[in-house]
Amino acid sequence: MTIMTEAAYLADDSIRQEDAHDHEHHDTGDTTVFGFWIYLMTDCILFASVFATYAVLFMNTAGGVSGRDIFELDYVAIETAALLFSSITYGFAMISAHKQNKSATLAWLMVTFALGAVFIGMEVNEFHHLVVEGNGPSRSAFLSSFFTLVGMHGMHVTAGLIWMVVMMIEVVKRGLGSKTVTRLSCLSLFWHFLDIVWICVFTVVYLLGVM
Amino acid sequence: MSLLGKLSLDAIPYHEPIIMGTLAVVGIAGIAIAIAITRHKQWGVLWNDWITSVDHKRLGVMYILLALIMLVRGFSDAIMMRTQLALATNGAEGYLPPEHYDQIFTAHGVIMIIFMAMPFMIGLMNIALPLQIGARDVAFPFMNNLSFWLTAGGAVLINLSLGLGEFAKTGWLAYPPLSEQSFSPGVGVDYYIWALQISGVGTLLTGVNFLVTVFKMRAPGMKLMDMPIFTWACTWANVLIVASFPILTAVLGLLALDRYFDFHFFTNAAGGNAMMYINLFWAWGHPEVYILVLPAFGVFSEVISTFTGKRLFGYKSTVLASGAISILGFIVWLHHFFTMGSSANVNAFFGVMTMIIAVPTGVKLFSWLFTMYRGRLRITVPVLWTLGFMVTFTIGGMTGVLLAVPGADYVLHNSLFLIAHFHNTIIGGAVFGYMAGFAYWFPKAMGFHLNERIGKASFWCWLIGFYVAFMPLYVLGFLGMTRRLNHTNNPDWNIWLYLACIGAFIILVGIVLQFVQLYLAFRDREKNRDLTGDPWNGHTLEWSTASPPQFYNFAKVPQVRDLDAFTDMKEQGTAYKKPDSYAPIHMPKNTASGVLMAGAATLFGFAAIWHITWLAVVGLVGTVVFLLLRAYDNDVDYYVQPDEVERIESLHLNQVKEATA
Repeated sequence: MTIMTEAAYLADDSIRQEDAHDHEHHDTGDTTVFGFWIYLMTDCILFASVFATYAVLFMNTAGGVSGRDIFELDYVAIETAALLFSSITYGFAMISAHKQNKSATLAWLMVTFALGAVFIGMEVNEFHHLVVEGNGPSRSAFLSSFFTLVGMHGMHVTAGLIWMVVMMIEVVKRGLGSKTVTRLSCLSLFWHFLDIVWICVFTVVYLLGVM
Repeated sequence: MSLLGKLSLDAIPYHEPIIMGTLAVVGIAGIAIAIAITRHKQWGVLWNDWITSVDHKRLGVMYILLALIMLVRGFSDAIMMRTQLALATNGAEGYLPPEHYDQIFTAHGVIMIIFMAMPFMIGLMNIALPLQIGARDVAFPFMNNLSFWLTAGGAVLINLSLGLGEFAKTGWLAYPPLSEQSFSPGVGVDYYIWALQISGVGTLLTGVNFLVTVFKMRAPGMKLMDMPIFTWACTWANVLIVASFPILTAVLGLLALDRYFDFHFFTNAAGGNAMMYINLFWAWGHPEVYILVLPAFGVFSEVISTFTGKRLFGYKSTVLASGAISILGFIVWLHHFFTMGSSANVNAFFGVMTMIIAVPTGVKLFSWLFTMYRGRLRITVPVLWTLGFMVTFTIGGMTGVLLAVPGADYVLHNSLFLIAHFHNTIIGGAVFGYMAGFAYWFPKAMGFHLNERIGKASFWCWLIGFYVAFMPLYVLGFLGMTRRLNHTNNPDWNIWLYLACIGAFIILVGIVLQFVQLYLAFRDREKNRDLTGDPWNGHTLEWSTASPPQFYNFAKVPQVRDLDAFTDMKEQGTAYKKPDSYAPIHMPKNTASGVLMAGAATLFGFAAIWHITWLAVVGLVGTVVFLLLRAYDNDVDYYVQPDEVERIESLHLNQVKEATA
């Protein structure tokens, strides 16, 4: 559902409200970006709901493992670093896009993609280990909410990666027209937003979890 | 697992004569409509001008059509429940066995809230809001079309449950642990989850869309505090939509994880906490009732101001009162379950907050009363609904304040007193408002008038029927009758149950008359054309367009100088003035992408309900593919040329001249 919501913005351009005889084609990009920003706020509330659920349920381990038993901070720190760096590299991609530098934009998008893929790969690996050791989401309410909260963020990042591939193809085929830059800006907001959410996940789930 | 998941021919309830009879009627009606469309060669029109339309006015009409159809479905459920309860007294069993009855009261609640009230509200907003702010369409016209079809997709799923499988037997709240796999192993709750989830995404997109519209698309000169009052009311409702619908998405998602993948959010076992569901659900559910009622309040303000011929009394305080209601609406959710057993202080906080909501609501009532004071109120159909609302809603509001007292709530919780209270506010508040808005904007949207006499008769049936049907429920609540009973055995209750049943039949007459009114209006449409576009001497910009409005709304974007922008233009003599020249108008093209995407999403929902994995993948991939096709379609807009605009505008201005001459 999320991918549908976020992507609906990709497909829609606001009609121009000003009369066309102004001869100056006003860019409707800022309307699109504003709409996307409101959508991100709704996404924020979606995360808040699951955070609240995690906060209520994280002590309900049903005799199974707790956060202290399963979280490895070193591992998660590397994951976190990869995601945070990907935000910086996406920033570089946007700077290049505004400079109309196609090859630099593509290069930075690829670096961002690689860092995002590292993050997702490490997360999948972590989940895999937990499930294999019998600590899957069905084991307890704590693990249900842990997998859901972290997994929901991971699915957002995955959706962002797919979107990034689509954008790279678009940049290759169409260059950096205003429509494309608007879409890159929306993805930029999305990507930075996921970073902020991850900082909350890292703090609430992992740091507080090992205390 | 077979190729069709849990789906087999056993899913069709052959042995239920009531259901099979209903299906037969629906089937015959469907075939009759299809034949009529074929005979009049209207399939192309239907597809090109309606289904694929991105025009907010047409989408509004389709939303209201959906709402009216679902009103019939939801009311059928209601009248079945009332007749069952009137028959099943003194230990009799009635004609509806419990497992069927339980589906009916669940479906009634879900349909009336999600698929009748919401589309009705969003339909009115679609028709009026962009016109009121002088915009040519909403900010994202394609997304508007997609929103509608997602809502319709949810409605399709819930109606499918009638003939294929079953619907939830949990009540419209689907509280766990009852709604968990262990206690509801059938597909009923899954129908519930996916119907709400898919239509909920549609509503969320609508909220975002209309917020961007009011913030970015207002006509030049119109500041936020110059927006018409209905637009403001809708804007608050949209703020509530974007702030609360994600919570519904989350809680339904968590319930789905419990049911499909054996998670333990709300289960009894493994540390789940069912109260978390109930908290999250009402954190959406309570704002939801204000989403329903705030736009209705907006309609009443427009109606009272228009038909007294006066400016609304206390515009600013009315806007602020809506804002106060919106914010307070988010900190009262716990009053739905005072009996959860929170501490006395927690219950007291939520009780007091709830009572405070009566204050801004009172502000609004006084705004309407003072607007009427020394005005010359024309008693039209919208005004009747408004007056009926003012009396009825006040009673419902006061019983709400009663229920807000935690001590009283412990006695009345889950009794018919509660049922009477929320029907009192939702029918007497929201539905009366939509009916008022329907009668008010009908000539604008369709270009001809409704039948006034039948409209008034319908109102009186609704009003009297409402009191006869629901006042007895207050009494029954005090007599100790709880909700969701299938049959009773208490002689003291009988008379009130009979009365309530009679009331439901009086409302039935009101609903039938609404359709009679529509039929007569359509039959006599040539006689009752609205040629001026301004049948009520309106105050706001929607009345400055033709009826139905030109597809581009405004040939020239209006310059706004006053709160009652159109009144101002009429007084200044700038209304109906032909400009020196017209400019090309930038418009979005119609597209099939919305209906295709929503269709694929609905297919995904259907597959998820029946555990058909491959079909779920097809639905999901299809949704994304249709989206990408749309995203990379360059042929999405066009310009209306000045000579075409000139032709349409001259036609309208000549009509106005003839009608006023």
